[in-house]
Amino acid sequence: MNFPANLKYTKDHEWAKVEGNQITIGITDHAQSALGDIVFVELPKIGRELKVGETFGVVESIKAVSDLYAPVTGKVVAVNDATVSEPSLLNRDPHAGAWLIKIELTDPATTANLMEAAKYSAFVETLK
Amino acid sequence: MNPTNLKKTALFEEHKKLGGRLIDFGGWELPVQYSGVSDEHLACRTAAGLFDVSHMGEVLVEGGDAERFLYHLVSNDVSKIAIGMAQYSVLCQPDGGIIDDLIVYRRAEEKYLVCVNASNTEKDFAWMKKIHESERFACKLQNVSSDWSQIAIQGPKVEAIVQTLTRTKLSDIKGFRFIEDWIAGVPTITARTGYTGEDGFEIYVPWDEAPKVWCALLEKGAPFGIKPCGLGARDTLRLEVKYPLYGQELTSTTNPLEAGLGWAVKLEKSDFVGRDALIKIKEAGLKRRLVGFEMKGAGIPRTGYKLFDSAGTREIGFVTSGTQSPLTKKAIGIGYVEAPSAGMGNTFQVEIRANRIPAEIVPTPFYKRPS
Repeated sequence: MNFPANLKYTKDHEWAKVEGNQITIGITDHAQSALGDIVFVELPKIGRELKVGETFGVVESIKAVSDLYAPVTGKVVAVNDATVSEPSLLNRDPHAGAWLIKIELTDPATTANLMEAAKYSAFVETLK
Repeated sequence: MNPTNLKKTALFEEHKKLGGRLIDFGGWELPVQYSGVSDEHLACRTAAGLFDVSHMGEVLVEGGDAERFLYHLVSNDVSKIAIGMAQYSVLCQPDGGIIDDLIVYRRAEEKYLVCVNASNTEKDFAWMKKIHESERFACKLQNVSSDWSQIAIQGPKVEAIVQTLTRTKLSDIKGFRFIEDWIAGVPTITARTGYTGEDGFEIYVPWDEAPKVWCALLEKGAPFGIKPCGLGARDTLRLEVKYPLYGQELTSTTNPLEAGLGWAVKLEKSDFVGRDALIKIKEAGLKRRLVGFEMKGAGIPRTGYKLFDSAGTREIGFVTSGTQSPLTKKAIGIGYVEAPSAGMGNTFQVEIRANRIPAEIVPTPFYKRPS
């Protein structure tokens, strides 16, 4: 299991890459592994305002549907069409190529909820 | 649930060794997948898949009234099966609702083995005892579920694989026939049945001996490309051939006629539990039908999603099972649709979250194995 140190994490098994005011969001290696073969992704439109914790889309494996939750509060400024058109990319490259959306922070305080890699990997351990 | 409370099959250690991802499946700790649902599904369609289905329940019915009892109990006509034959049937409530679907094996003149769904075993056995007592049938009922492990081996290459482990000429066992013989030195009941739409066998093995047969099949199957398959692939394989599943297509509030199981319901029999109600249901005309459909827009149908008419104004049914077919990559589903809207080629809308996505009723099975 891979936990890149340059990313921050949520208990919903998403990662967030914080670059100034812009946050790139994806699902973790643990999430893709737990889901299995991912076959469908639904993402929001550019411009949508998201509140931390709000459902912004879904990832579906052959067996199940999983909701995606906004890790921070902000506005969607980019959506990765490559992931939507080829969902299996999430199984192969979850931490980079298969990012989901980019958000422009409107409430910087919400980044305080994010976990460092070490804390998230310890959290994943507790689930085993 | 505390994992230590989960029941384990005799193959539990094998699943761990093979890297199976174990889940709680109705109180049983069983693998949902090993290498991945899609990979296992395709192995079964093109070569062979090996499944641990030891959680299934088995009831032995033995005695002079065994045939008469089963004739009264289930929808199909057990008097039509000879020794060595198996028959699919439905266990109905007096109102025609479904208690379970099952397979009856005639092992001797007065000895039958009834295979039922794992999660229904206790319920079915209690129901059987109740019916048994109602007329004092002269036969014995025994829940022998813990005596039997069950291994299913399914796919186009399975006859060649199993043949390496038995002296029985397997090509002589036709569909829905079985023999009691030996595989890998273990006494077995080997039936040419399955739940995948492929050729294959379901092998009943004395509980503790399952690892011996399982490992032998994996070893002999390796050159053919056999893969162990979990519950995930078992579900997508049966869905592609529209085999109904208890709890989804079949429930106490659905009847076998609307579920498309009329072929296993012999209303011309002189009696069976549910017969009178089913005759009335048939005479009144079916209100809804179980159909197979294909999505015509982006989205995967899932259990419980609502179906609306093509104008989107009226609710006309619901999804019982759905997935993306690992074989064709099409999003497919099964569901109940009100009878006037259930015609082949009819279109409707599936409510997926906030959206309504078009779908079309298509011929089933979605997949048919090459003959």
